[in-house]
Amino acid sequence: MISEAQPMISEAHIHHPNYVKIWAILVVLLMVSLLGSMSSIRSVVLIAAFGVALTKTYLVTTNFMHVNVEKRWVPYLMGIFLAFMVILFAAVAPDVMKHSGLRWSNDAAKHAVESGMQPASTKHE
Amino acid sequence: MSTRPISNTRSVTGIPSARLITWWVIASEIVIFGGLLATYVMHNLGHPEWRAAAMHTNTWLGALNTFVLLTSSLSAVLAFKAADTLDGAKAAKFLRLTALGGTIFLVIKGIEWTREIHEGFVLSSGGFWSFYYVLTGLHGLHVLAGMIILLVVAADAAKNRELQRVECIGLYWHFVDIVWIFLFPLLYIAR
Repeated sequence: MISEAQPMISEAHIHHPNYVKIWAILVVLLMVSLLGSMSSIRSVVLIAAFGVALTKTYLVTTNFMHVNVEKRWVPYLMGIFLAFMVILFAAVAPDVMKHSGLRWSNDAAKHAVESGMQPASTKHE
Repeated sequence: MSTRPISNTRSVTGIPSARLITWWVIASEIVIFGGLLATYVMHNLGHPEWRAAAMHTNTWLGALNTFVLLTSSLSAVLAFKAADTLDGAKAAKFLRLTALGGTIFLVIKGIEWTREIHEGFVLSSGGFWSFYYVLTGLHGLHVLAGMIILLVVAADAAKNRELQRVECIGLYWHFVDIVWIFLFPLLYIAR
């Protein structure tokens, strides 16, 4: 172990953007998602929530994590693992989101939906 | 003769090994949280009754926690900036502020969980609540682990030692922030 100050990276020092300004933008985006959540139109709520989440993620990864100036291995690595997530979703989602198919039926899920959608007053009758 | 561990200097990819390993940790975390979030989304889409359960989560407390984590991310990146100029004392100060942000986050989360449990919403109250407690609980454990590492790194940074670690723990902390950026709309807004 070393006992004196060393630069954390052997490369040239990176350019530091105005981090406080980035943080202020992130906070404004948080307020936008909160305002969106008050809408009675579901598509507005979802676009505000996930559009803002994706924008915030972009701002954090590029400005705070400096992925944009990182070696190309890093975005490749992240992309591969994100692709695994998409493959998982695409492969499993049809069976999970639907509760019946050609030769199968998920009766437990159907029952859960039916009992969950009943008004509270009729649930225990 | 240098006594620096070879793992911190060897760099086949052009990225210092400590930072490369941090990226690998984040990649494995993407699979863990990504898998859980993808599973939650597909179940949520197949269970419209979960929307009623999700109405019981407190959007304002979730938003407050988002603000706290975003602010702690700011202090983490300011610690990195200070470490980049070899100002260990300043980096340590910002790292401790980041850990304080983590503490506030966990306290708010604890208040939220207590309130929900008192209202009768526990792990076994239904599919939504199972996912809610597992997702927020696992995320909370990551916050706790991050806080411990932040304080250890801060102790060294205060003595101007091992400043390369400031960037690594910062990367991890930003990732934990990004996970919450997705948990917030999924559990508190999209219902």
